[in-house]
Amino acid sequence: MQAPADKTPPLRAAALGGGVLPDWAPYGVVAGSVLFVAALLLATGTFSVALLLVAATVVSCLAIYLWSRAVENRRRAFDRLVTFAIIAAFALALVPLLSLLFEVAKRGLPGLDWEFLTGSPRGIVGGGGAAHAIVGTLVITGVAAAISVPIGILAAIYLTEYGSGRLRKALTFFVDVMTGIPSIVAGLFAFALFAIFLGPGIRLGVMGSVALSVLMIPIVIRSSEEVLKIVPNQLREASYALGTPKWKTIVKIVLPTAFAGLITGVMIAVARIVGETAPLLVTTGIVDTINTDPFEGRMQNLAVYAYSEYRTPGVMKEASYDRAWAAALTLIAIVMLLNLVARLIYRRYRTEIR
Amino acid sequence: MQGAAGTTGAEAEMARAEVREPAPQAMPEAAPKAATRRRAKTIETRDVNLYYGDFHAVENATVTIEPNKVTALIGSSGCGKTTFLRALNRMHELTPGARVEGGITLDGQDIYAPGIDPVQVRRLVGMVFQAPNPFPTMSVYENVVAGLTLNAGRVKKSKKDEVVERSLRGAHLWNEVKDRLDRPGSGLSGGQQQRLCIARAIAVEPEVLLMDEPCSALDPVATLAIEDLIRELKNRFTIVIVTHNMQQAARASDVTAFFNLEETGQPGRLVEIGPTETIFTSPTEKATEDYVSGRFG
Repeated sequence: MQAPADKTPPLRAAALGGGVLPDWAPYGVVAGSVLFVAALLLATGTFSVALLLVAATVVSCLAIYLWSRAVENRRRAFDRLVTFAIIAAFALALVPLLSLLFEVAKRGLPGLDWEFLTGSPRGIVGGGGAAHAIVGTLVITGVAAAISVPIGILAAIYLTEYGSGRLRKALTFFVDVMTGIPSIVAGLFAFALFAIFLGPGIRLGVMGSVALSVLMIPIVIRSSEEVLKIVPNQLREASYALGTPKWKTIVKIVLPTAFAGLITGVMIAVARIVGETAPLLVTTGIVDTINTDPFEGRMQNLAVYAYSEYRTPGVMKEASYDRAWAAALTLIAIVMLLNLVARLIYRRYRTEIR
Repeated sequence: MQGAAGTTGAEAEMARAEVREPAPQAMPEAAPKAATRRRAKTIETRDVNLYYGDFHAVENATVTIEPNKVTALIGSSGCGKTTFLRALNRMHELTPGARVEGGITLDGQDIYAPGIDPVQVRRLVGMVFQAPNPFPTMSVYENVVAGLTLNAGRVKKSKKDEVVERSLRGAHLWNEVKDRLDRPGSGLSGGQQQRLCIARAIAVEPEVLLMDEPCSALDPVATLAIEDLIRELKNRFTIVIVTHNMQQAARASDVTAFFNLEETGQPGRLVEIGPTETIFTSPTEKATEDYVSGRFG
């Protein structure tokens, strides 16, 4: 490195020539470390995928740092190291999710056939399909949504538009508390409530819906509140200036403007409760027939079905386990579908507030 | 009035096709519609004091807003012009903690009397805001008739069509949007959006039109269009406009009221009110003279 002639401090290039790592450097380092570690593990006979991944991550972080430090400069090397670390952390967070999806798909797909989706169970021996569970899930979730959505949205409207002072603070506090209620407690609440009025031992589809709505309402309130707050105040003022009463402003201006966000919030809340098992175990019971009336008798649903098929398999154990996995896969599919629908609705109805 | 205006309006429109839309010299051809000079209402305020909680924002404002004239409220930032304006249509009280003391009357009737419904007051005293705020979920057509549909419920389509055309023509926006009435209101340019808001405000035929710095978010061309529009609208309404721009006040108004703030923390006061000519050429108060000649503000 030649010293510059003038007095101003030079922009010093890297010690070994001021270079830049090639574009393929990060990928090359990762590939290289994986191969290196794999070879090492195989040679010492301690190969395992988990060990490979962890060791390869460490090795590649080290390698990229040293290589970059040598070729480029210290700041860039540190930059690359942190980039690797962040990506590794992200991958680590993703691993359980992907592993879960993979596992459920692997075990559930074999059992997922037309019979499963449309047939009802066949007798005590077991077999048949899960149509009763699917129908039950849809009915129970539907009724829970029918209860929670009006209550939740109206409460959110109160909190954003009308509430003030102590009552509002108290309500917000209790809503926050409600978001943390364990699901079994919600189930027991519904159980106790109906036991008081209809005698103990009663099992109804609507009891499950009540339990689920206890869990769903705070989520709907929270997300609706956020969405309503985002509606700019200028729109409300424009409406007031035209001589529109407050309630009409809310119904005709604020709610339509917030519509997409409200629907998304509801969909997310539904996706959250659709797989709850504990409250449904104590409220809706376990039954083998298709029941579409929430006010009459037990109703099966996918979450409880998966549990019961696993706990008390029929004569053919494997078939029962297959069905349990298939039920789990169906639940995941329903949640994904709901999220997708929520996104589509949001995109379609979102209003550009300019 | 509407039947005749329909045919002559179409002819006038074709005659005006080459003329720049907001040009005032187009007025004589459009005369049959605008000729009827409707006597709008007077607003009088007496010793009005406005508060935000404990903060005294405006002190003892006594003003007469004359009918069918444009009154401009000028003054430096924070002196209470917008607060005063919002008190005139009972929007000031919407801010939590805000209150109004003193008397404000509309053609002699006290708008703050105990039995008076603020919603009714706001139907008589309309407002246009600083930043254009068309309703984003509604089309241009629906925006213009929003004042009607939100309040009157079912309105016949023919009546709505007529109101839309009349208001958009009145706001000098008809030619630009007549082919896109069903498109969202937010798709227009800033100047067009502001004219849309003006059309929306005049569609309900208020007695008084309040405008809070209507041109501050607009470019000079759009500003000129709005000022021409204001000059034309005063035949039908009483107009009060708050503006930071003294040249605009000098151009567009008949009466000017100068508000001033002694120092921050003090309430704003009405210093002087009078015909625009007088205020700008030979004001009585020294503070007014200092402000209009640019020595502060």
